[in-house]
Amino acid sequence: MAVTTGTILGVNGNMVSVQVSGNVALNEVGYILLEDQRLKSEVIRITGDMVEMQVFEMTRGIGIGDRVEFSGELLAVELGPGLLSQIYDGLQNPLPELASQCGFFLQRGIYLNALDRTTKWEFTPAVSIGDVVSSADTLGTVPEGIFSHRIMVPFNFKGRFTVVSLASKGDYTVDTKIAELKDENGSIHEVTMMFEWPVKRAISNYEERLRPDEQMVTKVRIIDTFLPVALGGTYCIPGPFGAGKTVLQQVTSRNAEVDIVIVAACGERAGEVVETLKEFPELIDPRTGRTLMERTVIICNTSSMPVAAREASVYTAVTIAEYYRQMGLNILLLADSTSRWAQAMREMSGRLEEIPGEEAFPAYLESVIASFYERAGLVRLKDGSKGSVTIGGTVSPAGGNFEEPVTQATLKVVGAFHGLSRDRANARKYPSIHPLDSWSKYGGLIDPQLTQYARDVLFRGNEIDQMMKVVGEEGTGLDDYTVYQKSEFLDRVYLQQDSFDPVDASVGVERQRHVFNLIFDILAAQYNFASQREAREFFNKLRQNFLDYNGSEWKSDEFERLENEIKQMVAEKKNGIDPGAKKLMAVNA
Amino acid sequence: MQKVYSRIESIAGNVITVTAAGVRYDDLALVSAAHGDSLAQVIRLKGDKVSLQVFNGARGISTGDEVRFLGHSMKVSFSDNLLGRIFDGSGRPRDNGPSIEENLIEIGGASVNPAKRVIPRNMIRTGIPMIDVFNTLVESQKLPIFSVSGEPYNQLLARIALQAEVDLIILAGIGLKYDDYLFFKESLEEGGALSRTIFFVHTASDPIVEALLVPDISLAVAEQFALQGKRVLVLMTDMTNFADAMKEIAITMEQVPSNRGYPGDLYSQLASRYEKAVDFEGAGSITILGVTTMPGDDVTHPIPDNTGYITEGQYYLKNGRIEPFGSLSRLKQMVNKDTRQDHRSIMDAMITLYASFKESLEKKSMGFRMTEWDEKLLRFGDQFESKMMDLSVNIPLEQALDLGWEILADCFEPNETGLRTDLTKDFWPKEKVSN
Repeated sequence: MAVTTGTILGVNGNMVSVQVSGNVALNEVGYILLEDQRLKSEVIRITGDMVEMQVFEMTRGIGIGDRVEFSGELLAVELGPGLLSQIYDGLQNPLPELASQCGFFLQRGIYLNALDRTTKWEFTPAVSIGDVVSSADTLGTVPEGIFSHRIMVPFNFKGRFTVVSLASKGDYTVDTKIAELKDENGSIHEVTMMFEWPVKRAISNYEERLRPDEQMVTKVRIIDTFLPVALGGTYCIPGPFGAGKTVLQQVTSRNAEVDIVIVAACGERAGEVVETLKEFPELIDPRTGRTLMERTVIICNTSSMPVAAREASVYTAVTIAEYYRQMGLNILLLADSTSRWAQAMREMSGRLEEIPGEEAFPAYLESVIASFYERAGLVRLKDGSKGSVTIGGTVSPAGGNFEEPVTQATLKVVGAFHGLSRDRANARKYPSIHPLDSWSKYGGLIDPQLTQYARDVLFRGNEIDQMMKVVGEEGTGLDDYTVYQKSEFLDRVYLQQDSFDPVDASVGVERQRHVFNLIFDILAAQYNFASQREAREFFNKLRQNFLDYNGSEWKSDEFERLENEIKQMVAEKKNGIDPGAKKLMAVNA
Repeated sequence: MQKVYSRIESIAGNVITVTAAGVRYDDLALVSAAHGDSLAQVIRLKGDKVSLQVFNGARGISTGDEVRFLGHSMKVSFSDNLLGRIFDGSGRPRDNGPSIEENLIEIGGASVNPAKRVIPRNMIRTGIPMIDVFNTLVESQKLPIFSVSGEPYNQLLARIALQAEVDLIILAGIGLKYDDYLFFKESLEEGGALSRTIFFVHTASDPIVEALLVPDISLAVAEQFALQGKRVLVLMTDMTNFADAMKEIAITMEQVPSNRGYPGDLYSQLASRYEKAVDFEGAGSITILGVTTMPGDDVTHPIPDNTGYITEGQYYLKNGRIEPFGSLSRLKQMVNKDTRQDHRSIMDAMITLYASFKESLEKKSMGFRMTEWDEKLLRFGDQFESKMMDLSVNIPLEQALDLGWEILADCFEPNETGLRTDLTKDFWPKEKVSN
């Protein structure tokens, strides 16, 4: 097939207009040929023989008449062993490799192989010659870190194939032929351990999509107890700048109980990305005893990198996530921040002079966001095993206003909403997830009736707080004042967590259940306080003990001692149990 | 060899259009008009139509004036000779010194490979407790000072310039009032810092397009010094003028506007400047402090809003003080773990109590009876504001931490502070322990 070529007729920011001589496809990749560089670009609009392309690089130095060569292929990523522990840009260039070739600065026009062609992987066949296979079936496995990486029939192979040759157990590079497959027409297809997949198309080589019903434990108390996330589910974290989105993402990426974490920085601060980049190799995954990096892929497109590549990075990330899901693994994709990606869409839409929608975002904003989050899911694979992709996206709403289009479009399609609050962040309450505004549609580790009881305490505490602002403390009854103190206590010792404290930073399921029960008893108790002052002092002291308790190792002597002290303190002042709570306790006993 | 075009087809705002061939995006051109020459930069190519923004402004340019394309993008000279000198937005001297033409470097160059960055790790001491204790400035950080017209943000910037422990200061003035420009010059002169300072100053009366160049020129020079191992502090004031200049050009170019008339790429444009802040592996660093005056004191306005999402925190300057709420140094946790064991805890405790103080203050102003707890908070708030928040306080970090403990001990019992017991045992001033 003849290669389509074109000539540049216009340059406007990072968009070029090209007159083409043959067929082109929407989202096809083309290269602008400069004197000594080839700049990767993607077709985003076609009108007759004129196409508009977004350039994944700086457009400085491009001139009218420059030639463009089209590739005939859509923007795609390489899939195969060796993706784990990599740091890629949005176009899947390995950044450390790039650094060793180019030094401090990113040089445009340099595209490296995503998968190393020299590393050898120990292949163990899983099928035999003569077997009939179809796309996504496992031909063999290689060990990749702690995982058994499945070498699969490429996902774009349609129909049934007979294995006519297969490599024996041994070490091969990703581009060595390991099998020959004969299709139903008798043609032979060679297969290596890697293949390419277009990023903007979801991988759907599974048997069935299931309802996410198992919890993804993040070890953040407020999330796991009150606002749970499911494996294969979606959630979003909108918040104004400075409300702690990034720290929350970092904590989750370290502690979430999943097999693989993919961090996609689409237009985030380099200073923060570098933290993840440099720290992950040093951090030990408590579950595996190996570095966290071994189960992590980082897609890193910082805000100064070209806008089009920023848009590509979420797609690159989700495609890699889907690929590992096909191996029966649970993947968490953290996208920080999806607003940057939406803004990239807005920029290009503006350059294309499309009629702007709300806040100048393009009309297709909602459908694009929806189809991205829909790529999450829990699936049953052909071999019966289950795999999942969970997507957690942060949103950076303009003006911190959750009414804006990106937040609203996201809220429609996610299963949980962890809204961050400026007021809570200002008061140094971290994580600053607002406990009353946020919601989750997934099931959690604690009986929802009990968590609802606790939420009610928060809710009433908040009401009483508002009321006290009007009538003052002296106008507030002792009972109400006690509820207020209880809600403040719950907030301080359970909803807030010290992400820099080695113990408090991540709290496992067992401890969460245990501590929640203790808290529940404290909330449910009725106390014989003589005055507001006594109530305040009691809760101050209780809070103090509880903070020390939160910071002590699970089940250590210190932990037991503090717990007994807390229980004793409560027992001394307690003179009954709230009847509503008593009923719940009976049901749960 | 250089082809001269002597037919300017349209002039709108500061943008002119000529028909020309062989021109490349971002190239420079020289426009010769009756009142003098000006540089111009290609900002759009469409067929054979070339749009250029004229740095000196298009006022007085005639359709018959000559346009000569230079075949390269904007460059600036870089050498040690820049030190102590003052230039305008196009890099021409404004201090009567000789112009410097040697060793030209490109401005607005490629971004740094994140893999070559090192984790920010050095504190920059300023002697200002609201910075050092509560929102530590970190080498390679990018921070704006959010403020409004009328606040002493330039005074604060100058003080930081004088007191900050860095090798080199680059002052990028964008739309600076002439008086403010003189203020900076005089303060740095008096403080003896002029010899380690380079000024790139665009004043309010200079052509608007030059405002756009100032950050790029300043940061390109900063980058070269940083690569030589210098710790460079770039002060940019005021980035709101920069964004407004961008808006002006975008509207002239009939771009589809995004929020409140600002161009759709406002975020990318600001980010590509702020992201020049870096700590190079094995070389120096660039730290950026910029002023963003918030139109109408509205932090949700597109300029501060976009800035906030790019930068690593912000200092809020309000009523002549750095506000503890809203101010944030995201990178502080990288360094304040190594300063002193009590640093983080006391910082959190004091801010939490200060928040409660504000609530008590509100109650008081509404005429409610103050409880004993309210009284304690009021006492604390007063001391905190006068001893720590006042911008004229200039003490080292350690002294400020001690001061923090003294204020706490003067107002509270240890268990009222929310501080962990092991810390209060070690740091609570001994004479204040009542039981």
